[in-house]
Amino acid sequence: MIAEKPVVAEPPERRMVQLVVKFRETGIIVFIILLSVLVTLRNSAFLSVENFQDILLNISILIIVALAQTMVIITRGIDLSVGSMIGLTAMMVSYTVSAFQGMPVILALPIGMALGAVLGSLNGLLIAVGGVPPIIATLGMLSIYRGLVFFYSNGVWVNAYQFPAGFRELTKGTPLIIPNLILFALAVIGAVYLFLKYTRAGRDIYTVGSNPDAARFAGIPVKQTIFRVYLISGLLCGLAGVLWASRFEAAQTNTALGFELQTIAAPVVGGVNIFGGSGSVLGVILGGFLLGIINNALTLVKISPFWQLAAQGFLILLAVVVDSFILGRLKRAGSRRKR
Amino acid sequence: MKENTGSIRRIFLRWEWLLVVLIIVVAFTNTQLSPYFLDGSNLLRTTSDFMEIGIMMLPMVFVIVTGNIDLSVASTLGLSASLMGWLFMGGWNIWLAVGVTVVVSVLAGLLNGFLIAKLKLPSLAVTIGTLSFYRGLAYVLLGDQAARGYPESFTFLGQGKLGDTGIPFSLVIFGVLALIFGLVLHKTTFGRYLFAIGNNEQASRFSGVPVDRIKMIVFVLSSLMATLAGFILAARFGSTRPDIGSGLELIVITVTVLGGISIFGGSGTMPGAILALILVGILRFGMGLINLQGQVQDIVIGLLLILSILLPRFGKQLTARSGWNRATVFRLAGAMTVVVVFGIFFFWSRTLGLARH
Repeated sequence: MIAEKPVVAEPPERRMVQLVVKFRETGIIVFIILLSVLVTLRNSAFLSVENFQDILLNISILIIVALAQTMVIITRGIDLSVGSMIGLTAMMVSYTVSAFQGMPVILALPIGMALGAVLGSLNGLLIAVGGVPPIIATLGMLSIYRGLVFFYSNGVWVNAYQFPAGFRELTKGTPLIIPNLILFALAVIGAVYLFLKYTRAGRDIYTVGSNPDAARFAGIPVKQTIFRVYLISGLLCGLAGVLWASRFEAAQTNTALGFELQTIAAPVVGGVNIFGGSGSVLGVILGGFLLGIINNALTLVKISPFWQLAAQGFLILLAVVVDSFILGRLKRAGSRRKR
Repeated sequence: MKENTGSIRRIFLRWEWLLVVLIIVVAFTNTQLSPYFLDGSNLLRTTSDFMEIGIMMLPMVFVIVTGNIDLSVASTLGLSASLMGWLFMGGWNIWLAVGVTVVVSVLAGLLNGFLIAKLKLPSLAVTIGTLSFYRGLAYVLLGDQAARGYPESFTFLGQGKLGDTGIPFSLVIFGVLALIFGLVLHKTTFGRYLFAIGNNEQASRFSGVPVDRIKMIVFVLSSLMATLAGFILAARFGSTRPDIGSGLELIVITVTVLGGISIFGGSGTMPGAILALILVGILRFGMGLINLQGQVQDIVIGLLLILSILLPRFGKQLTARSGWNRATVFRLAGAMTVVVVFGIFFFWSRTLGLARH
């Protein structure tokens, strides 16, 4: 019954949010174009196909995890443990595939995803059932999972020559012309898009995020929904861990250390509301793309790569401030119209 | 959150007593591990490892009592130490560099405070942004270089002792600051305002509490103390690299929350936080005695952080005697099985892998 088309017009707030999303996405696209023009003027290599593919390869893993982070942020949560989950699954999967050289390498994917799902569901249990605030639960898990990486490996890395021959092909192979890694990202983008738009569980994520109390009264399983987003986050981190190990042909104790910042930056820059309740897949992709272009451009125009972290932090702050201004404006405009 | 603290007190009488008991247990274990643990000068020497954390913890108590969080402290520490080192390497007098850094530190705190208090942005999002931004600036300043060669008058901050007593100078700084912060929190109007804001910001605003100004002050204090911690850490190491102190925010927040400061704001005591600092300090010392790697020690710190929130809630549920129906038991059993299977895989693949290397 709930899925039926609403007879009444959408509430003004809903429309406002959609307006903001539209405005933000256009804004980033304009920004990306401007930046591209500027960089191309300085270095024409920017517009080449190779460079473009390079950017896409660099942001593929980021976008996979950023989409998971987005679902968490929509429920008003945060997952700071993503970097550690990637590090731990990358290490465990690398040990496994290097111990079983004869194993079909494709099996690494389900193993990694299962391991990640366990880690993510522990986060979910703490938050949804234990009532631990997401920031505390995932901050604690960040150091627990990272500590487990050290405990697991005794600090011993897995290097390129120890992997089975086909393992690198998992991401670097090009059976469909485009490198597999980009295809993985596209598949995850498609799956998340369909999940958020067309499944009840996906819609519930938005409802829980925009008004948890109302969601509870409407009979939406709030705790399950929250548990689910952390589980998905872990699962996608597990996938990302396998892809990371395959792409860089190594599993190190500091794999993806500090990666959580980028996965938060991409959605926030892409217009995902930090107060929860709204955010689009397209926005996250644009946010991730912008971060990727900036990192790429810094090298091309010969600015010190050390600016990368500062630029990213500045973008987060800028996005947060811009969002609050737009929302404030729209709210004021809305209340004036009502009067 | 009144109800919450009430139940904590019902179960453990007072959180602080639990900390005292834990401290005694850990201290006793440590004496069993090493006869040198109770050696006075040894203990004093180890305190200096925790003074930076302690100094950042003091304003963090304020921040969390008002219902906010500051994730940018370790990055502010890094930016301050790097800026000071960069200026010093550029030929500046060290104390002039320190002075300029303090001014920048106030600006950094004002930026956090402005975005959070004036623009009403969530402190979590803002300080994640500045965590990245300030650390990024530290890298921009120093790159892959390290600043070193500080004069002895400066390194005294981190390495100096008080006369022949063996009391580290940083411990004295921390002691004085702890006293001031404690008195401000519990004995002044400002302190009462902090609790009021944490309990009900809207109501405090209506009753004339200058909420925005107090939040600004709190974030500037947080930034300033992080800068002081940065100076002490740089002085202790005798050099500065741009990644100095990264990740310390985790321990600072752990110690604060473990100290019984409610993460939802509105309750907590300074003595509790200081006891938690002592507990974490001797716990790390003990883990060092049994040769646990630093990163493996972090597992225990992370567990402490989560348990300090989970246990009181769990206890509350037990006393309420609810939620233990059949479905819950089944789910718990399911979760246990998954964890056990994961654990088996963890150790099995670990042994296989380690045997190969």
